Amino acid sequence: MTVHRGRGFAAINYPIGMNLGGDPSQALVHSNPDGKFTVALSAIDLGQGMKSVTRQIAAETLGVPIEDVYVDTADSDTGPHDMGSFASRGTHRMGNAVIRASEEARQVMLEAAAEELEVDAGDLVTDGRGNIHVKGAPSRTITTMAAAQAAQFRQGRTIAGRGIFLIPLSEVDPETGEMSPVTTFAHAAMLVTVEVDDETGEVTVTDMQSAYEVGRALNPKLVEQQLRGGAWMGMSHAAWETTEPYYPSRDHGPEDFNTYLMPGPGDLAPHHISILERPAEDGPYGGKGPGEMCANPVLPAVVNAVYDAVGVRIDELPVTPEKVLRGLQAQGGARPRQAL
Amino acid sequence: MRDMTSDGPMVEFRKDLFADERDDNLNEVGKPTRRQDILGHVTGRSPFFDDHLFDGLLHLRCARSPHHHARIRRIDTSAAERMPGVVRVLTGRDVPVNLNTLLSLLDFGLDDEPILSENKTAYRGEPVAAVIAETEAQARAAAAAVQVDWEVLPHVLDVEEAIKPGAPAVLEIYPENKFVYHGKYDHQKLRYGDVDRALAEADHVVEGRYQMSPIEQAPIETCGAIAAPEQNDRYVCYTSTQALFFSLGTAAKVLSMPSSRLHFIGGTVGGGFGGKVDSVHEPLAILGAMLTGRPVKYAWDRAEEMQVGAPRGAERWYITDGVMADGRIVARKFTGYFDAGAYTRLSSYAIIKGVGHLPGPYTIPNVHADVYCVYTNRTPATAMRGFGITGVDFAIEAHMDKVAETVGLNPVELRILNAYRDGDMKAHRRLAKNCALIECAQVVAEKAGVTLSPQMKAASSLRDGGGARAELPRHTATDQEGRVEGFTATSYARKGGGDSPPTTAPPPRPASPPPAASRPSPPAPSQPAPSASARPEPAPEQATKKPARSGAMRFSSLSGFRRR
Repeated sequence: MTVHRGRGFAAINYPIGMNLGGDPSQALVHSNPDGKFTVALSAIDLGQGMKSVTRQIAAETLGVPIEDVYVDTADSDTGPHDMGSFASRGTHRMGNAVIRASEEARQVMLEAAAEELEVDAGDLVTDGRGNIHVKGAPSRTITTMAAAQAAQFRQGRTIAGRGIFLIPLSEVDPETGEMSPVTTFAHAAMLVTVEVDDETGEVTVTDMQSAYEVGRALNPKLVEQQLRGGAWMGMSHAAWETTEPYYPSRDHGPEDFNTYLMPGPGDLAPHHISILERPAEDGPYGGKGPGEMCANPVLPAVVNAVYDAVGVRIDELPVTPEKVLRGLQAQGGARPRQAL
Repeated sequence: MRDMTSDGPMVEFRKDLFADERDDNLNEVGKPTRRQDILGHVTGRSPFFDDHLFDGLLHLRCARSPHHHARIRRIDTSAAERMPGVVRVLTGRDVPVNLNTLLSLLDFGLDDEPILSENKTAYRGEPVAAVIAETEAQARAAAAAVQVDWEVLPHVLDVEEAIKPGAPAVLEIYPENKFVYHGKYDHQKLRYGDVDRALAEADHVVEGRYQMSPIEQAPIETCGAIAAPEQNDRYVCYTSTQALFFSLGTAAKVLSMPSSRLHFIGGTVGGGFGGKVDSVHEPLAILGAMLTGRPVKYAWDRAEEMQVGAPRGAERWYITDGVMADGRIVARKFTGYFDAGAYTRLSSYAIIKGVGHLPGPYTIPNVHADVYCVYTNRTPATAMRGFGITGVDFAIEAHMDKVAETVGLNPVELRILNAYRDGDMKAHRRLAKNCALIECAQVVAEKAGVTLSPQMKAASSLRDGGGARAELPRHTATDQEGRVEGFTATSYARKGGGDSPPTTAPPPRPASPPPAASRPSPPAPSQPAPSASARPEPAPEQATKKPARSGAMRFSSLSGFRRR
């Protein structure tokens, strides 16, 4: 019995948002009399952090502290239409809608402040800490709370904003496939190290080195969470999971987590992540969407690493010990390559 | 910035790269702010759909087909109705509009899937009746007591078997087991340059076949919904959906109800990964609440989530590359088969998305693809993380490894050599911008100690793209293979589609070598040939019911913005 080590590489890009567009998102933003903002959406927070990333985008755009903003989602009576949380579209589409809604609300807030300060609204800036002041003259200042109170109780203004982001639906040429799929792509590269046991056929991923380009990491912790979890999912797709182990036969379909296998904490490989940020022209503060693409490079990197380790090409996922052993048997044993 | 330990940092931000394209002077964006809802999540207080357990809540469970493919001679619910705790048993007759396709929300595709099947089932686990009872155990017991007189039909499970002449027809409206694109072809084409000529001129030809497995989305919270009568003659629906208005629109359509009478609440979901888009639970839970006047919960158990819930579909890809001795890829040809399972759901969309993604992140002057959405007698496939992309990226990147070995290049250098750069023309005929593949590959190579040549180390996404690489091919080889008759184009596909379909198809070109398999095949025995003048009739059992809709429906009209 010998354990063979191998390395495999893959690189990918990933389209952000629904293919061909036609997937609008809307947002409503308003302030209460204390200058505290509510962002109303119907986006779904699946755990990816939709509420948190839109909250940061709203606070940034409004120019107020994060704790002055809460996101309310998803109630169809109060949240305006959104296409949904899929296709890596949430941050890109909804983020832009929130920016637009926040800009409109901010403008009213600045006009209210301008009236109180008796200056031009165009000369005002926010400090992000709850104050509005004249650019270059920090002493001529009013709090966002005072501006909101003045707007609502003295001036009769509603500090609110509406936002929508839509890339209109485009068409596909049936003859050539010419189309405008999306406006921006995320990127990734991945090198995994595996160990293959030539007696049992078991494959263990022992290390992952990755680089992910995400436009802008709007919240670095949320990005890391997506990349770490997504790469785990990719590793699981590569070497563990399937609902139909003998596809296309439907036999032996698992019905619970005792038979539907996934890596547990003890199976996790150290994953060294590098995050690159090349802002998307039309992304919210340049953001793309890291949620889906993080899994994709792991699948091919694992099969390439198995080949590097023992010379067996597994072209049908998942990489099971059975497939590895059959491959080893067919070629008369391991043929380590160590080419990478 | 870079905390290099002996094993390297677990996470690093390469702020040095693309620094001049970013303004990093922001207040809130870019901060690792703790999520707004985390305290509720970690203390078990965040309300998920299943936390809305109303007094008097009823439970709905479905009776399902045990066969891959079977005709329903008779459904007898009388024994189930007499079981303890049973309040009501629903069959297809109770569903106001018992035929839908999710993509009607996007004007795409024909209604093909019953909510509760009445005449035929096309996969093991397809629902034929829904039992509503006082407890989940009672509903489960009564669902097992629903009697169905089945006539088992021949079935097909493999995508390439399914498109052979004489294969059992999974769906009557697509008798050749292939979705129809643009009302015109039985697959989606990508044609860019002349692949066959470039393959003939290449130094090496590298071929491969790849199979992506079906995968369960495996959220911790299984899919479900709880509906209840609300005041003002409305219904509230708490749901685990990933797409609130998509599910609301689907329910409004299936229940033939103005969207204004539906109040959907969700937004906090225990994982989705694509498996919570299909809007299967909301319509039945609301229908149950309508017909019983009580709150109704419909949720999958884990076994249903894994075997009845739509998985990531399997995909099979054939790739042929033409490569020069120096590693430049000059031609890439794909034949792809998406296993949609028994109904379309979202697979037809994923294929267009996949075709727009080809040939991967590389600048290749000749690209050709035929991609088929194939029906088989298995659980319908649906979205999953990376939908339309993950499977083909597996194929492409496993194939790149073979290409690297063939030409004797380091696999990382092969990627950098062929990577797309700003200003390059892509196979879907749009210019590339905002590229970063090369930089990702370089960063990984550096970290992992892979030696790159000085030229590959110096390569950049920002340089050496465009120019001649921005030009469209002088000649693109096109063809009429896979032409179908009898379908009309809708939306996505209007361009060049069937606005005025010719009465006779142009003569097909000689078939290309396998596995293209795009020859017109005769209809399966006992299946009517598609009419040459109109879209196929709906299945007979549907013809006597209220038509689902007279034409394609826009999402905006479905969600009520135009209806009132």
